[in-house]
Amino acid sequence: MKNLLQKFYKWVDERVEVKGLVEYMGKKYVPVHRNSIWYYFGGVSLFLFIIQVVTGILLLFYYKGSSDLAFESVKFIMSKVQFGWLVRSIHAWSANLFILSIFIHMFSVYFEKSYRYPREMTWVTGFIMFLLALFFGFSGYLLPWNELSFFATRVGSDIAGAVPIIGPPLKTFIRGGEDVTGATLSRLFGFHVALLPGIFTIILGIHLILIQRQGISEPLHMEKKKEKEKKKMPFFPNFMLRDLLLWLIVLNILAILAVYFPAELGHKADPFSSAPAGIKPEWYFLFMFQTLKYFPGHVLFIEGEVLGILLFGAAGLLWLLVPFWDRKSARGEHNRLINYLGIFAVMFIIILTILGWVS
Amino acid sequence: MEENPSSQGQTSRRGFLKYLLTGGLIGFAASIFYPLFSYLKPPKQTEVEVSSVLAGKITDFEPDKGKIIKFGSKPVILIRLKDKTFRAFEATCTHLACTVQFRSDLGVIWCACHNGKYDLNGRNISGPPPRPLTEYSVIQKGKEIYISKNA
Repeated sequence: MKNLLQKFYKWVDERVEVKGLVEYMGKKYVPVHRNSIWYYFGGVSLFLFIIQVVTGILLLFYYKGSSDLAFESVKFIMSKVQFGWLVRSIHAWSANLFILSIFIHMFSVYFEKSYRYPREMTWVTGFIMFLLALFFGFSGYLLPWNELSFFATRVGSDIAGAVPIIGPPLKTFIRGGEDVTGATLSRLFGFHVALLPGIFTIILGIHLILIQRQGISEPLHMEKKKEKEKKKMPFFPNFMLRDLLLWLIVLNILAILAVYFPAELGHKADPFSSAPAGIKPEWYFLFMFQTLKYFPGHVLFIEGEVLGILLFGAAGLLWLLVPFWDRKSARGEHNRLINYLGIFAVMFIIILTILGWVS
Repeated sequence: MEENPSSQGQTSRRGFLKYLLTGGLIGFAASIFYPLFSYLKPPKQTEVEVSSVLAGKITDFEPDKGKIIKFGSKPVILIRLKDKTFRAFEATCTHLACTVQFRSDLGVIWCACHNGKYDLNGRNISGPPPRPLTEYSVIQKGKEIYISKNA
């Protein structure tokens, strides 16, 4: 068996020269320090993305993307298809954990200032994937075509419509018309299963190539040490095996969540019924949703909601561009301001999410 | 003994761990692939077993014409001959399962996919079809035409 594999490797190597590439990848090291644990969340995010692709393809075998059939087909998956409930529940739970894992990954990179020179592009591609993940969540939420998802999509796209200038055409584009209808379902279905995965995969590829090319970022305090004093472990196989073990644990957590808290379906969407009480967006939109509630109707000459959206937009832009305005970290100096801003952002998100949850 | 454990004791411990790990791994793989393959198996749809269907009123069918009738989930071809009598056959070609049609110009049942021909008794007379078409019986009740399976 081993002999056969070696022969195959030699056969391939003779033709495309993978030896150099394998040697190159073997030289990847992971810095070892007190915050090393945060390195794992990029891998966990990747694993959850793979789970999403696999379970998503499985769901596509039975799902029907039209307003007449969507709800029935999901019901069919949940009740008739063997283990259909499991596949859908894993997809739903994995989506939530995916976004949570991305949040953790992003904030850990932020606090370690790993975005600093020369890794600005890695940060930017990561930020784009973060936005794509949010849109993945938004578009996937409508697909079961139940009451909750219908009204959540209505509210969500309406908020997008409040953005000045680009808002109204954006809203029409997302909805595929004036209102949330079957056309919206077809459109978001297309985004969710074709457009977004395509773009996401390309950007993920760039993100991973950059990491492979530049090596894993060392924290500031480690960078100044002599090469000999630095503790590190090889990526292959030491770090990867630890990675795999964690993936296994994550998979088990997913299975437990899916079995004990399976995804619900609710009632079929009816465009001519009233919105059910207690309607809320998914938890990762909750802090923004809740913040918008606190804005007064009008601030000076501008509508409160519009001002809120603009402020979130500005904050997002500032966040995206942090490698470019945080000059101190780029020079290798400590930047306290970044930490304070980060702590503020984390506290803000947590507190408003809780407020949104209990209200 | 403690300082120098017997090599046999070591191998059996190693072997035990090996079995444990391999077994665990196989069990784990099975717990993933069993649901996966079960999921891929299309669930049985409750299909009503049809033994006869109403094809339509006798006036719906012109002489020297054929029509495809839905018989449960299968197509059946109902032909009204020039002498105004009815014939019905399973419309699935015995060659590669295309749906056949009646050709009044040729006076045969013809399959467009590979130019298979059947005569008006359903016998395969030319082209690739290996077997004749199964005949169904046509029953007239008043002014209505029913198709039913030959028992």
